Amino acid sequence: MLKIEIDGKPVEVDHGTTIIDAADKLGVAIPRFCYHKKLSVAANCRMCLVEVEKFGKPLPACATPVAEGMKIFTRSKAAVQAQQSVMEFLLINHPLDCPICDQGGECDLQDVAVGYGASGSRYTEEKRVVFNKNIGPLISTDMTRCIQCTRCVRFLKEVGGMQELGMVGRGEHAEITAYVDQSVNSELSGNIIDLCPVGALTNKPFRYSARSWELVRRPSIAPHDSMGSHIEVHVKDDKVMRVLPREKESINECWLSDRDRYSYEGLNSPDRLKVPMIKHHGEWQETDWKTALEYAAGQIKDITTEHGSDALGALVSPNSTMEEGYLIKELVHGLGCGNVDYRLRQTDFRLDGKRVGTPWMGCNIDEIEKLDRILLIGSNIRNEHPLLAQRFRKAVDNGAELSIISPLDNNPLMDIAHKIIVTPNDIVNVLAQILKAMSKLQKLSLCLPPQLSELLEQIHVRPNTEAMAESLVGLGETVNLIAPKVGIFLGNMALSAPRFTEMYSLAEAIGGVSGAKGGILPAAANSTGMHLLGVMPASTGMHARAMLEVPRKAYLLLNIEPELDCQHAALARSAMEKADCVVALTAYKSKALDHATVLLPIAPFTETSGTFMSMEGRIQSFKAVVKPLGECRPAWKVLRVLANTLGLQGFDFESSEEVKLKIFDGEKPSDFARSRLNNNMKELVEIETKIKSPGLQRVGEVPQYEADPIVRRSEPLRKTKYNIKRLVRLHPDEMRAYDLVEGDMVLVTQDKGSTVLPVRPDAHVAPGCVRVAAAHEDTLGLGDLMGDISIEKITQEQADVFKSKQMEAQN
Amino acid sequence: MFKQMKNTLGSLMLIELLKGMAVTGRYFFARKITIQYPEERTPQSNRFRGLHALRRYPNGEERCIACKLCEAVCPAMAITIESEQRDDNTRRTTRYDIDLTKCIFCGLCEESCPVDSIVETRIFDYHGEQRGDLLYTKEMLLAVGDKHEKQIAADRAQDKNYR
Repeated sequence: MLKIEIDGKPVEVDHGTTIIDAADKLGVAIPRFCYHKKLSVAANCRMCLVEVEKFGKPLPACATPVAEGMKIFTRSKAAVQAQQSVMEFLLINHPLDCPICDQGGECDLQDVAVGYGASGSRYTEEKRVVFNKNIGPLISTDMTRCIQCTRCVRFLKEVGGMQELGMVGRGEHAEITAYVDQSVNSELSGNIIDLCPVGALTNKPFRYSARSWELVRRPSIAPHDSMGSHIEVHVKDDKVMRVLPREKESINECWLSDRDRYSYEGLNSPDRLKVPMIKHHGEWQETDWKTALEYAAGQIKDITTEHGSDALGALVSPNSTMEEGYLIKELVHGLGCGNVDYRLRQTDFRLDGKRVGTPWMGCNIDEIEKLDRILLIGSNIRNEHPLLAQRFRKAVDNGAELSIISPLDNNPLMDIAHKIIVTPNDIVNVLAQILKAMSKLQKLSLCLPPQLSELLEQIHVRPNTEAMAESLVGLGETVNLIAPKVGIFLGNMALSAPRFTEMYSLAEAIGGVSGAKGGILPAAANSTGMHLLGVMPASTGMHARAMLEVPRKAYLLLNIEPELDCQHAALARSAMEKADCVVALTAYKSKALDHATVLLPIAPFTETSGTFMSMEGRIQSFKAVVKPLGECRPAWKVLRVLANTLGLQGFDFESSEEVKLKIFDGEKPSDFARSRLNNNMKELVEIETKIKSPGLQRVGEVPQYEADPIVRRSEPLRKTKYNIKRLVRLHPDEMRAYDLVEGDMVLVTQDKGSTVLPVRPDAHVAPGCVRVAAAHEDTLGLGDLMGDISIEKITQEQADVFKSKQMEAQN
Repeated sequence: MFKQMKNTLGSLMLIELLKGMAVTGRYFFARKITIQYPEERTPQSNRFRGLHALRRYPNGEERCIACKLCEAVCPAMAITIESEQRDDNTRRTTRYDIDLTKCIFCGLCEESCPVDSIVETRIFDYHGEQRGDLLYTKEMLLAVGDKHEKQIAADRAQDKNYR
């Protein structure tokens, strides 16, 4: 510890602390532009100059480490003079357009100029002008305002993982620019808006729509992935104007993914359902709540009395709150029916009943960066959890070795030590190889259960898997660790694969051998919470897939668009078509809900209170930030009244807090979760490693900006590069095998459904796989996200004929 | 004793009455200051703070850039502004309302305006037949500005050394 003095106040700090950190610790304000606690030190704005005793000239506080006995003055004559001079220089070329600048009112330059600047400028010459750059649909630029602090450049390089902005030119001609004709494509790009201390980078969708002082700031929780990022929703006149991150070091630090930042545009979509609707003779008619609820309850009652309570099926979005999940589960059970499920994008349910508890991430989010070895199985991490990818990137930067097993060779924008790109079915075999290699390396083969040992005997370990296994036990390329901290995580592609059970069991066994932490990375905001509540089929009930395979007479849908949110789009559509009654609680009126009978408008996350449980088991409640639009009502209220109308007992909740109290039953939520989260299995499942499918395998991940109904309707996100390309992507070898060239039309067939799409070679797809994005209009006729698929080359004329036929069928 | 005698004498000689009549007499012959409004009008300062107006540049472009400083500074919360990006990428108002029933004519809006767009004119004798008539919209305010631009500009020019 070093003893120093700042402005006469003594403070003790660690070796290597910079003056600015010491001052922040003490609460002494030092003005700054380029310094940011999460980024590297650039020391190029010179705003943080301070006077240090026995030094002839002022020193930059951000780049000067403290020394024993240092006496620092931040408001001495020399320091003040230095600050005023720097401010005068910075303002030389800064335009005086604060009145039209969106940063006005929340601008560091304004604040610092008032606090530390001189009263006037001596500069009378012409100011320079820098042309604006178009860097995409999310960020608008006014480059003349830039003060070259390079925070944006450093963020994209250090946190985003890819340098997409840079500074060219020198002195007067220095300017920040993207690559020629390129936009900034990072999925974390919105953060550079927050980082920019001036108005050079501002929020494009929000541009000129409000001033910072008019906005009411209300805390909430991000609902699009299972991280549970803290957000601050800015509201004006009961309308969400923008979303900003709320600092939470252990979850989202001070960042936010673009999906969480810009999805709010979907809340103001014209698709929003504002009044209850009933379908009469194929025509939608607006009605009031009483009529709609009585009609819905009547229909459900009629069908359950006529065909038995089993004729009902409830599909629940994992993005719904815990309160909503609990009420719909109780409602369905109250009717004597067990068919309720939230796992819409899962095909493999063999693990049901074999788990000890609720599967979760297996560690805390902030533990990831401390891991030494990471194994990601079937995860396109930047697509699934953009902000979590940043934690993995940090770990890799800290020296961790990352291994990836996946059907897609997507660039995670971090160094990969080992990767194995194989078809979804072969992942099981690869995992078995790793297990065998590891148990051999660890000399642990005797500890494995006999079933597994027998299985492993038949496995032949390939050199690349052996290298991966060596990495996982600690034999690194550069450093050998005796006891590395290992993390093993299963992503969305693994979760929706038909052989998830095998992958999970083997990953679990590998975890056991290597003493790893880890688990699954569930896709949606409340997946873990839904499992914890048991929003899953009761002993006699059907799971999500079975409910669609064996169509029910009536469906109750909570917050989903069946074709887009279910694993098997074609199956979901036909099941809805065949049903006598579909009661949909939804925030949007869409084509996907055309087969519904009753539409009940519910409030999205900004308009209702509720609780989400994140992947790390953190239970976070939030309140509504605006009033529900039109006749919308929070889903927990709708479910409560629906249950009352159905004559069920025990639904007399007055608030969502009462529901929450009932869920946790007097226990502290964190204790409740701790005692129930467990990735272990009660018994081993049978593992078959040699399944070879003769044809091609589909790899159909859900594009990140199509993940749920709100994101799907955000216009700015739709305009980004990540928007779905209507393409079939194949490995170049497969292209040759099928005699295809780029741009050819192919007929894609899966489970009797087919569609026509252009083809493109993509070396990032495993051989034997076809990459066709899911949750998209053009691929709705297809089946499972992961499964057998066949392709056939057709001519342009045939494609046109197919498309016109499809159009006819739709009309 | 002496004071009592003085008061009695004063009352007898009607001194108070004569004093009063003297004032009446003085004003009877003095120059009259009554103004025959509306035919006649009092002189006004060029800084008079009456009805608001929104001004335009000589090329017809509206001055207002929707910075909302007037809205923020207004102590009576009489101004409501909504803004957006116009097709030519400039920042413009879509709504600019002044509720004259709330306005206290303090002139802070004019003082805060960076582009001399919102001004208070010499007009004070406007009226509304219904409450809503005094809710001035952007179009009405621009119309006031268009009609009186000459006077507004002259008043500002006269004051330019003090602004």
